[in-house]
Amino acid sequence: MIQAIAFYIFAVVMIASAALTISSRNPVHSVLWLILAFFNAAGLMVLAGAEFIAMLLVIVYVGAVAVLFLFVVMMLDIDFSELRAGFVRYLPLGLALAVALLAEVIIGVGAWSVGGVNLSKRIAPIAEQTPNIQAIGDLLYTRYLFVFEAAGLVLLVAMIGAIVLTHRKRAGVRPQIISRQVARRPQDATRNVKPAVGQGVEL
Amino acid sequence: MDYLASVRMALPEDILSLGALVLMLVAAWGGQRSTRAVSWCSVAVLLGAGIALFATPQGAAFDGLLLVDAFATFAKVLIYVAAAIAIVMAPNFFQRTSGDDLRPEYPVLILLSAVGMGIMVSAGDLLSLYVGLELQSLAAYVLASFMRRDTRSAEAGLKYFVLGALASGLLLYGISLVYGFSGTTLFSAIASSYGSGHSLGLMFGLVFVFAGLAFKMSAVPFHMWTPDVYEGAPTPVTAFFASAPKVAALGLAVRVAVDAMGPAVDQWRQVVIFAALASIILGAVAAIGQRNIKRLLAYSSINNIGFALIGLAAGTQEGVASVLMYLTIYLAMTLGSFLVVLQMRDADGQPVETIDSLSGMSTTRPGLAWALATFMFSLAGIPPLFGFYAKFAVFHAAVAAGLFPLAVFGIAASVIGAYYYLRIVKTMFFDEAAPAFPKNEGVVEGGLIAITALFVSPLGYLLIPLIGGWSMVAAKALF
Repeated sequence: MIQAIAFYIFAVVMIASAALTISSRNPVHSVLWLILAFFNAAGLMVLAGAEFIAMLLVIVYVGAVAVLFLFVVMMLDIDFSELRAGFVRYLPLGLALAVALLAEVIIGVGAWSVGGVNLSKRIAPIAEQTPNIQAIGDLLYTRYLFVFEAAGLVLLVAMIGAIVLTHRKRAGVRPQIISRQVARRPQDATRNVKPAVGQGVEL
Repeated sequence: MDYLASVRMALPEDILSLGALVLMLVAAWGGQRSTRAVSWCSVAVLLGAGIALFATPQGAAFDGLLLVDAFATFAKVLIYVAAAIAIVMAPNFFQRTSGDDLRPEYPVLILLSAVGMGIMVSAGDLLSLYVGLELQSLAAYVLASFMRRDTRSAEAGLKYFVLGALASGLLLYGISLVYGFSGTTLFSAIASSYGSGHSLGLMFGLVFVFAGLAFKMSAVPFHMWTPDVYEGAPTPVTAFFASAPKVAALGLAVRVAVDAMGPAVDQWRQVVIFAALASIILGAVAAIGQRNIKRLLAYSSINNIGFALIGLAAGTQEGVASVLMYLTIYLAMTLGSFLVVLQMRDADGQPVETIDSLSGMSTTRPGLAWALATFMFSLAGIPPLFGFYAKFAVFHAAVAAGLFPLAVFGIAASVIGAYYYLRIVKTMFFDEAAPAFPKNEGVVEGGLIAITALFVSPLGYLLIPLIGGWSMVAAKALF
């Protein structure tokens, strides 16, 4: 009963926020509605027993992707009215995509009702009662630790690459060098002068 | 399996990764000044990893994710040598070109790329295959656009990245199909599911996996990025692309074909034969019109991958051994050619890349001309040189496996290829002399040219018992 209520709340809010994502005039509002949709999708995933995917949705989509969207929307000066201009022209294409998605959903439901995919030769069978985050962790940090570490190297290469390709010394900037600031003595920076009367100060 | 034992079996990868991490720190603190020190330390790290190859116990590490066997050892020796040469040839090139200076990240990225290639050739699982491949490719994308102020280099990097991502997508699609229809990512288990009857999904997976791998080794029809990337990338990087990653990709393809898809040999043989013939013919025909030596060598590498694939198409132990033999000799010829290309520069020290600038080099720089002539004759497969033996080995394997038409077509197409190799020799020896290239100041580069030229000269035949015997041992590890 409670599950059913939770499901309908999550589902209704998600569909509503998804509709508002595409219909709101202000792009920043769109992104915020999108974030709400992600949170509700995560709630649905928790209900379905896929808590790992729920976490992924919150961490990856809300935490990274949506924030990235927000940055793009706010930092780049995009004329959204121009982007929306060709609505009628692209309507057939949009409808075709929608039909394709609908067909996929129908085929997916059909395949699901026939029966689950049988991975008979699964080398690492999962115990029935293990939560799926624990099951993934068990495999990721034992059997597949080598691949996990190698993936870390891949990310390191990506980081080095991004820095190598974009970092350069700019001329004409004055960076703060804290060690030089700390090492500076009063006698280097100030001097006592005794200007003669009527002469003024020489700088 | 004991985890420490696995770590010990992956000792070469450990040494390379740790070395790269430490040198990255040195580079971060030392900055530009530390470039030469980091370069030579990287070569030392590669040497250490090479020694570790022979000190590690063999077997399957990490529950079969990493296979440490004679085949992997053979391929890794080739990869480490090529990576070391790519590091050694870089400082002088970057110093002479007025563009960007060489930064110490260059050798570090090559080390990390070598880790990835090591994982590729000893992959025993689709996961380690993919992670190794991405590690290698990602480092390569950065290296291709290493000269940031050169638009051609930036274009090469971007093009390589976009097309490489597409190829990774194809490969992943194939991997997901294979996993979905076999239920496992482990090569040995995949082989048993290929053995127990052919499903359509497994067939599709096989084709997509080979398509992705064909891109990485630039076999036709997935070759179109090669000439542009080779032309745009800095010459030492191009030399690296043409050598080590090819060995890694072909080694990986051999392992996937034999280890994971061995029972489906009749299916993948068609794919490999098509890629081999198409690569040989296109590599030969498209190279004829080229005016740029780096583009020409790019087509030459496509052409050569085609010949190496003939050995794989045989699908026998002898075939695999001939692939390794071919790669060894190809490596020497290609690295030698690129070392000569590095010497091509005008009076200001700027690199020149046109074939016309080679005119009359036999009078201005006779030593260099003879070395390049040796490489070209060898690439063309003219008998007294070592390149002939490489082609002989793959054709012999193909004939022994009953693939007569393939061998006949291959030999016929190699005659077309000989035309453009010989045209370079003709330009150097019979054309009016162009302005001479300035004298070479790098002792190491000159020495490397001499060594590679001696290797591909008829003297190389003395090494046949050694390399041939070792490649047979390496191939045996797969069967």
